[in-house]
Amino acid sequence: MTTTDTNTELKTQEYLINMGPQHPAAHGVLRLILTVDGEIIHKVDPDLGYIHRSIEKMCERDTYKQIVHLTDRLDYLSSHMNNEAVCLAVENAMGIEVPERVKYIRTIMDELTRLASHQLWWGVMGMDIGALTTFMYAFRDREMINDIMEETVGARLTMNYNIPGGLMFDIHPNFQRRVKEFIKHFRKALPEYNTLLSGNIIFKKRLQGIGYISKEDAVAYGVSGPSARGSGISCDVRKIHPYSAYDKVEFNEVLIEGGDSYDRYMVRMKEMEESMNIIEQLIDNIPEGDYQVKTPALIKLPKGEYYQKVESARGEFGVFIISDGKKSPYRLKFRSPGFSNLSILDKISRGHKIADLVAIMSSLDFVIPDIDR
Amino acid sequence: MTRTELQSFLSSKMEGLEFGEETTQYLTVTAPKEKLRELMFLLKDTEELAFDYMFSLTAVDWFPKSLGVIYHLESTKFRHILVVHVNTGNREDDVTIDTVSDIYPTAHFHEREAYDLMGIIFDGHSDLRRLFLTDDWVGHPLRKDYVDEANMIVK
Amino acid sequence: MGVEKEVKKEVLKDDFPGQVIPAGNGGNIVVGVLDKIINWGRSNSLWPLYFGTSCCAIEMMQTGAARHDWSRFGFEVARPTPRQADVIVIAGTITNKMAPALRKLYDQMAEPKYVVAMGACAISGGPFYYNSYSVVRGADHVIPVDVYVPGCPPRPESLLDAMIKLQKKIRSTKNSERVNPIEGFDEGK
Repeated sequence: MTTTDTNTELKTQEYLINMGPQHPAAHGVLRLILTVDGEIIHKVDPDLGYIHRSIEKMCERDTYKQIVHLTDRLDYLSSHMNNEAVCLAVENAMGIEVPERVKYIRTIMDELTRLASHQLWWGVMGMDIGALTTFMYAFRDREMINDIMEETVGARLTMNYNIPGGLMFDIHPNFQRRVKEFIKHFRKALPEYNTLLSGNIIFKKRLQGIGYISKEDAVAYGVSGPSARGSGISCDVRKIHPYSAYDKVEFNEVLIEGGDSYDRYMVRMKEMEESMNIIEQLIDNIPEGDYQVKTPALIKLPKGEYYQKVESARGEFGVFIISDGKKSPYRLKFRSPGFSNLSILDKISRGHKIADLVAIMSSLDFVIPDIDR
Repeated sequence: MTRTELQSFLSSKMEGLEFGEETTQYLTVTAPKEKLRELMFLLKDTEELAFDYMFSLTAVDWFPKSLGVIYHLESTKFRHILVVHVNTGNREDDVTIDTVSDIYPTAHFHEREAYDLMGIIFDGHSDLRRLFLTDDWVGHPLRKDYVDEANMIVK
Repeated sequence: MGVEKEVKKEVLKDDFPGQVIPAGNGGNIVVGVLDKIINWGRSNSLWPLYFGTSCCAIEMMQTGAARHDWSRFGFEVARPTPRQADVIVIAGTITNKMAPALRKLYDQMAEPKYVVAMGACAISGGPFYYNSYSVVRGADHVIPVDVYVPGCPPRPESLLDAMIKLQKKIRSTKNSERVNPIEGFDEGK
């Protein structure tokens, strides 16, 4: 790595900068130890664990029904998908077949959560780059989803709506009407987002050509979700290993070949449209039926290993359960998308400036409790 | 490749592999730890297999015998999945396993996590430090016999 | 003169803690208790330091965003640096690794300083109370807390209510008798 200054007599020296753990642009409590020369980053060394809450250890003492609520607190922006992953794993292991109604509602809820997560990401990304207005726009629309969630689920953020065997409650009578109202509103609001930010020349210059991830690197480092699809890798779990009602809906997997931060940005913007398409296909066709099936009060999984992956808002979320036949798992591992996505940060941000690092981190969309668990 | 094809292909290429029961979710193979790197190279570089995507690495404490690592591999080309089990020797004094972080770069962080929380030492890892806990932390909390009276309130 | 007095009343808000007496030469004299005036100023311009570590941080952001808009109450200027902040909002779990950083931030804040513990984790460790090896059971093991907000996570309205409670607490302080909250603070209790 060379210095930017062409004056060969000027001697420069590497030094360390601590970014975080309490940093407004670090999306939480990520601490990065940067080795920089002037403004140019030579090395990024993430120091994790500032929100490591030992969830995996706790799961070894909890029953399967208790575990579900802990997954809310992992990646709190895709809490519904995390719940679903545990529930699907338990259901598959027990051989429980959930009613169609549950599958449909789960899928709708998944996509609503994804929309809410992407809205928040969009608002915060704008803020990281320096545009405060996006924050207000995004949270205006996010509140509508929160209201829908609150009516049916009873919570705005940590939902805990799935249980092994179905859902905790049936949907609220207003649910379908309000979801349709929201979609109608957001169909108009999304172009507004694009007008405000996507085409902005300053915004583009901050992102284009910054933080390039090649196809090979993305696979090798285990990058998944929108971040990998920005490099043109087909990795959507909803398409490859369909679960719930995803095999019944038609939607496109958004793929952009470029690989830089702007492409990752555009993937998420287009994914929001796809999410709306999915919801529209399902919302009027929710079948009648029960919202849960009866399960034993104390679930004991048969001895063995069970893996379940779902597509969370950040990428591939996995739950790996090793059971020894008792009421709580012998070992439970969460495969969090952020953890793998973070591992590539050092590689892609070398040679960029510190301000670019903020843009790269935004475009990878980290949620730190998801990384630290 | 289907599951049976995978199994016969692998057993023809390498000796000493033990395959799990047929009822498991994915094809499971247990490799002796001396052969781990050889197996990983085979899985990644063979054209018919092309296991290029390691989506999970889990460290397990098989109390009281040994520690173990479970690798979940997927091929982005063929979409088949394979689970590789490797066990260390005695969990008290022989907890070394060869690193795969040069074959799968994603394992770099995962192995640091496994070292931090489970105390598995990955031989050949370029930067094996604690990842989540502070450097002065005593013990490895995900082990089954971990006791921490100061910090843990056990229910 | 009578006309002038009525104009003054319109300009002043009801909660202004003093009296304005026209001096007769166009100027005014303000009479009031110094304590009240100081507290009035302090409580209406609380500058918060966001210390969002996990889920509660999102609800805290919602509180600052369009619908709930906590700048209505004077908490507008969110500071990322402790040196310019009056109140630290702890939104989320405090882990053993984070605790020294939290204490450092608190120590860097200028007096007078206040602490709001938002959410179950900041109050007691919340869902991570049992079986967790890395969570501090409540932020009040690290720094003295003024207001606790229950919930997991609390609704934005709860946070607003907590901030208004903090304002009330500030207004009721006697500045001559005020002590530094860190004095005599016992981390073990």
